[in-house]
Amino acid sequence: MSLAADLGIAFGRVAFIMLFVLNLGGLMTWVERKQSAIMQDRIGANRASIYGFRVMGLLHPLADAIKMLTKEDFRPARADRFLFALAPFVSVFFALAAFASIPFGDTLVIRGREIPLQAVTLNVGILYVLAMLSLGVYGVMMAGWSSGNNFALLGSQRAAALMISAEIAIGASIMGVIMVYGSLNMMDIVRGQGALLGGWLPKWGIVTQPLACLLFLTAGIAATKRIPFDTPEGESEIIGYFVEYSGMKFGMFAMTDFLETVVISGMVTTLFLGGWQVPYLTAAGFQFPWGATWSLQHGIVVLLQVGAFVLKGLVMIFFLMLIRWTLPRFRYDQAMRLGWLALFPLSILNIVVTGAVLLLWGPQS
Amino acid sequence: MKTAQRFYLREVLSGLGLTAAHFFRNMGRHIAHSLGKKDAQGAVTIQYPDERRPYSPRLRSLHRLVRREDGSPRCVACMMCETVCPAHCIYIVAEEHPNPEIEKMPRRFDIDLGKCVFCGYCVEACPEDAIRMDTGILEFSAYNRRSMIYTKEMLLALEPAERDGRPRSPVPMPADRKP
Repeated sequence: MSLAADLGIAFGRVAFIMLFVLNLGGLMTWVERKQSAIMQDRIGANRASIYGFRVMGLLHPLADAIKMLTKEDFRPARADRFLFALAPFVSVFFALAAFASIPFGDTLVIRGREIPLQAVTLNVGILYVLAMLSLGVYGVMMAGWSSGNNFALLGSQRAAALMISAEIAIGASIMGVIMVYGSLNMMDIVRGQGALLGGWLPKWGIVTQPLACLLFLTAGIAATKRIPFDTPEGESEIIGYFVEYSGMKFGMFAMTDFLETVVISGMVTTLFLGGWQVPYLTAAGFQFPWGATWSLQHGIVVLLQVGAFVLKGLVMIFFLMLIRWTLPRFRYDQAMRLGWLALFPLSILNIVVTGAVLLLWGPQS
Repeated sequence: MKTAQRFYLREVLSGLGLTAAHFFRNMGRHIAHSLGKKDAQGAVTIQYPDERRPYSPRLRSLHRLVRREDGSPRCVACMMCETVCPAHCIYIVAEEHPNPEIEKMPRRFDIDLGKCVFCGYCVEACPEDAIRMDTGILEFSAYNRRSMIYTKEMLLALEPAERDGRPRSPVPMPADRKP
């Protein structure tokens, strides 16, 4: 009985994350089409229909999937057969796995059993996400190198260079957050953001680490390889690392970018926007700074927290889409210069300043 | 470049503000439209096959041969249009008209729309006002070049467009093409 329950809980935790991220990744194609359309005074894709029902173009992701699956799966004669087939799977796998340690709610207690709402409880959650994000570029490099195409190789080389310059900035900017909240465990970081500064301001990462938030966001967008940092793809010049791919394998690369966008928005939400924290909501209910209280049941509190996480994640995705459809692409050298001469030094500066502030006014330990 | 522009950030924010403003304004109009306020338009799109923009009456579209009252072509096979056509896409074979007051009539009148450049010279040249380009039909297409040749019968069957440019006749189907 207990074993079955444990298994069920573990399965449920993983299933929530899997379904959340995968479905969101599929829906992102719809969001991308529709949001860009509305931003540009257009209507957007709305022709796919089942028996005349169009549901605002929501069937287009489905139609896309069918199209991708039924297309010819072409492999160039000079490609490395094994690595060429493996690359898209590696890409998607690491993008999916990265979400595992991001908490989507506080501990849920059912009949005395404590369930942390997180697919995997890791003490080094942040390092895990970073590792998965960096491993993702291996799929890209494999794809470029095994295609036997010079343009694909160029694209994957750009992806590797971009990923290194972005990863450094990501790691260095997160350091400040780790210093403020004193943990590598993402659950602890989110709990730390529940405190109130001066009695009324939630101690979210964006309040305590505004510069790190900006740097992480910029480097995170670079890590997704989407516009304005889509030099690896470089559609107008080299088509990029997936130039030889077709059918669902190409679809998986396209999917990876969306999944990485979801992961980055989940990371930003967790580290800088308070994760599942609702302002003034404690485990017992709302406790407003002006003294009013509103006690809520445990289930409702957890539901509110999960809802808050999902809402913040969606807002973040909207924002990333907004950036993607607003900014022009950085040239390769501009992206490199931004990464190494702006993001990296600034994040080091952020670490130094955070350390000094913590040393002077921080909690004495 | 100004110093402020070198930092990207301010320019990026102003750009994001512009696109976000467009997004929310259009989103509001879309919602108002779906709630019943039909004059709220969130997009400038014309959903083409379902709705068309009004065409100018001067638009040169698919040709038609004007009919006499008895249904025979008004064309007298004078070859003016065939002569003036810069693309050489008109092919006419003349024959005697049963009515002695009319000199000739075309036995064949083919237009190769694969060659036609829609200059309208044939309409200008015609002394009998027998060929016009006012059907409003733009969507003729075929799977092979042969099917782009429209015959006398197909061109005779066409009607002029409505006042707003909507075509009144369906797109003629080439004889060798199964509908």
